[in-house]
Amino acid sequence: MRPFTYERPATLAAAIGILEARGTEAIALAGGTDLIISLRDGSVTPEVVVDVKAIEDLGATIRVDRDQLVIGARVVMEDIARDPRVRRDFIALAEAAAVVGSVQIRNRATLAGNICNASPAADTAPALLIYGAQVVAVGPGGTRRISIDDFFLGPGVCALAPGELVTEIELPLPAQPRGAVHVRRTRRRGHDLASVTLACAVLGDGSVRLSYGSVGPRPLLVTAEATVLADAGASAEAWSASLEPLLAAASPSARSMRASPEYRLAMLRVLALRALDTARRRLAEGAAA
Amino acid sequence: MIDAYPIEVTVNGRKRSLRVAPHHTLLEVLRDDLGLTGSKECCLVGECGACTVMLDGRNVDSCLVLAVEADGGDVTTVEGVASGGRLSRIQQAFLDHGAAQCGFCIPGQIVSAEALLATNPHPSRKEVEEGLAGNLCRCAGYEQIIEAVLAAADPDAPAGSVERAPGARSVGSDPAATPDARVAPQ
Repeated sequence: MRPFTYERPATLAAAIGILEARGTEAIALAGGTDLIISLRDGSVTPEVVVDVKAIEDLGATIRVDRDQLVIGARVVMEDIARDPRVRRDFIALAEAAAVVGSVQIRNRATLAGNICNASPAADTAPALLIYGAQVVAVGPGGTRRISIDDFFLGPGVCALAPGELVTEIELPLPAQPRGAVHVRRTRRRGHDLASVTLACAVLGDGSVRLSYGSVGPRPLLVTAEATVLADAGASAEAWSASLEPLLAAASPSARSMRASPEYRLAMLRVLALRALDTARRRLAEGAAA
Repeated sequence: MIDAYPIEVTVNGRKRSLRVAPHHTLLEVLRDDLGLTGSKECCLVGECGACTVMLDGRNVDSCLVLAVEADGGDVTTVEGVASGGRLSRIQQAFLDHGAAQCGFCIPGQIVSAEALLATNPHPSRKEVEEGLAGNLCRCAGYEQIIEAVLAAADPDAPAGSVERAPGARSVGSDPAATPDARVAPQ
């Protein structure tokens, strides 16, 4: 690994100060499960690594604040996957967090780090998209909230400005009944990166929110109002016909890793139909959402 | 650029004051500076789990943790699992069930098993499989490893009562089983 300077600021202001002053020479370190691999293979060569784990202002807890669940930037995947409030109200996020890497990875990797890494295959991204998450970012210009749909710009590129850090991720608590699920396709059982990763929610008002990743440069969100996809009594033909336009935005690259574009598109349809089935059942059962 | 950072870290119950290079991983410092070579260097991308150690009670891939990040932390390596000269229940079960073949992955397997049983003392077979999914065994000795963890979690269960994968055979409960017998053709 190429040598670098290590900083472990105790305050958000100090961290932002270093990141702003050093610009592209600096990089933030949270769980490190992606960054340390990139440092070792030389694809990232910072002069200074800014460890954000000692910053008290970066929440280390999951809390309810009025009408939203707030996940701090230091919360790791394993704690999200096991949290009873996440499991009750944001089951697709719990399911997604539970399949990120192995236990060893989930004990280090943070949700904030996962979205800042902006991998098209990030498993938590589709869940955050269907739940309409907001990313709270703090930087030299103050605090701003970024819709998760505006946060992912392209492979490895997120909407953070220089010097900005994600401090929290806000999830609006469900305002109506819903059933949701996360599913994915990997090359093998056991831990692997996703060839297709997908989450969907069927809402009590008859609308559907569907999100998928690893089939294009960034994870995508599509929605449909009053759709037969929410109707448990509709025919398989009707579901397929209604689903088709929702998947039109998928554009897997021919150079993409792990699976061919044809395979990904075929599996995207299969996974979407299965996930909608599970989400409708969960909505009917009134169980996890 | 600063070449070395002072850190205080407890390793296997012993407080250590070290000076570490910021780009050295916890794995490198454990092996090269402290001589604790039980944790193995293998894939270096967090897939194989051969470098697994416990950091503040959680199993992590020490190849993906900078040593400076462990400052103030409590590290347990496979060398720290036994206490008072006695193997842990999991270590003994690995022996009893013939869970070690070439042995390279076993330190990581044992640390992950210790972490699993610390939080989930009576896991199902599926939970053991998931708990150890980050520890690859190139000998493919998974069946014996899983049996050993299940037996360690429930030592009073009669031999042979642990859940098994369909078609799997147990060798660990047979005292006459030899290494050769274990690889005998089906």
